[in-house]
Amino acid sequence: MASLDLIAEDGVTRPATDPAGQALALRGMTVSYGGAPAVFSVDADMPPGTMTAIIGPNGAGKSTLLKAALGLIPRVSGVVTVFGRPIPEARDRIAYVPQRASIDWDFPTRVIDVVMMGLYRELGLLGRVRARHRDAALDCLRQVGMEDFAPRQIGQLSGGQQQRVFLARALAQKADIVLLDEPFAGVDAATEAAIVAVLKGLRDAGRTVVAVHHDLSTVADYFDRVLILNRRKLAEGPVAEAFTEAALSAAYGGRLATAARDRNAG
Amino acid sequence: MGAEFVPLSLTPILIGTFAAIACALPGNFLILRRQALIGDAISHVVLPGIVVAFLVTGTVAALPMMLGAGAAALVAVAGIEAVRRLGRIEPGAAMGVVFTAMFAGGVLLLERSDTSSVHLDVEHALMGNLESLIWLDATGWGSLLDPAALAYLPPELGRIAVTLAVIVVLLAVFWRPLALATFDEGFARTLGLPVSLIGLGLVAVAALAAVAAFDAVGSIIVIAMFICPPAAARLMTDRLGVQVAWSVVFATLSAVLGYVLAGYGPLWLGMQDAVSAAGMIAAVSGLILAVAAVAGPRRHGAAGAGRAQS
Repeated sequence: MASLDLIAEDGVTRPATDPAGQALALRGMTVSYGGAPAVFSVDADMPPGTMTAIIGPNGAGKSTLLKAALGLIPRVSGVVTVFGRPIPEARDRIAYVPQRASIDWDFPTRVIDVVMMGLYRELGLLGRVRARHRDAALDCLRQVGMEDFAPRQIGQLSGGQQQRVFLARALAQKADIVLLDEPFAGVDAATEAAIVAVLKGLRDAGRTVVAVHHDLSTVADYFDRVLILNRRKLAEGPVAEAFTEAALSAAYGGRLATAARDRNAG
Repeated sequence: MGAEFVPLSLTPILIGTFAAIACALPGNFLILRRQALIGDAISHVVLPGIVVAFLVTGTVAALPMMLGAGAAALVAVAGIEAVRRLGRIEPGAAMGVVFTAMFAGGVLLLERSDTSSVHLDVEHALMGNLESLIWLDATGWGSLLDPAALAYLPPELGRIAVTLAVIVVLLAVFWRPLALATFDEGFARTLGLPVSLIGLGLVAVAALAAVAAFDAVGSIIVIAMFICPPAAARLMTDRLGVQVAWSVVFATLSAVLGYVLAGYGPLWLGMQDAVSAAGMIAAVSGLILAVAAVAGPRRHGAAGAGRAQS
């Protein structure tokens, strides 16, 4: 019951940490699609050089929180800061990897072109694409093991390969914070391992990684922090402290058993 | 190629080609955004605007017609939003209701008003008057260098040429953000791109193309050129830039071939009359799409490889 008390308090108290010291800080995030809030009054801190999993059951508002933090969907209330600055002043420091399913993969574009999109803020409206830009894009593809696919049309790739290309685009942005929406959804085991290795490399280089994640069995292996969500924040912190049975059952309720079964089946 | 080619056929072919390209260029992006019908909608809703502009000013001058068409587009947007909210129906249905109603209104308005003094009637609205855009002051190819003859080029040629130039420049300058926002809107937003403004700008460019083309060639070509050349071009390549280039090729081919076939095709078949150039151009563009659909090198399966819905 101790953790439940903590939950009840959480809606009232605000964390005392200074947003300026965080790579990404959310304060009082509330998002609504018209009815009851999909995300209610969430505070969260992502310190620099950490790797955070946002977990919670389906419909918990994980992707919604991420998109609202980035300003992709409107929020009812809340303040988002990136290294203490509002998002519009910190766009160069953020890379976003959307859900793979949100994209039309039949779009007439090649793998290398997609990675080059990550250089947009560098190239601008009419900046000439030079050899060094192409080399930078190829190097990002190499980091995710996709350099041989550079001239392919993106629709010819498998789901895992597509996800790696998206990660390469994020690498091309050279951002301090990488936000990923379900990066492991529908990808093969080799891709999952490759993506985790790249993300851990970013973390070890001092970057901050935040990913919406749904596989509870890999949270402790992949991430060092968790944000457990079910419309409200239920727990937040280092995996060893926050990733507890109590917080999980508060988030998933009776569905935890189902989630565990799905995990074993999948 | 007889001596009468320059006065009788050169200008209509050029106007038809420019109009086709002006519509095909934004059409590429409309199709990739699954908004192909917006071009269709625009070409319908501008009719009442153009008729009202004529009734107010009494002339078929370009500027009032453009303004009228623009106003009609605004009314249509407001109308679609109103129908969608008050009727609680989906946007596609609201759009269908509003643009057919406005087009019908335009047709009735046109029939009831006295437009006998000018070339503005229902047939003109649908099929334009491409065949009549001739250059009688030309005597041959030499007239292209003769200022006196050039002064009497049909004004539609200048208008559509300027419109096309504006569209080409806009597309070239905003190519990168437009492609980015079309492919991955969320990502484009995180880069700080004004995604909604880009979408609005594309629709505005499509409206500009529709109005300018409508003036010269009627709404049949406008609808066909927004969709057929880009759709056929998509089947030729997997690169956006190459697709747009192919769409220009197909638009040109449709206009030139369509005009020639309309003028001479029936004669070759032993018939007396020519058929509508606008109708033939649209038909040729459809034929090109059919050939591309059967033989285009990049015909993917309906779902495309690896488009998992996870």
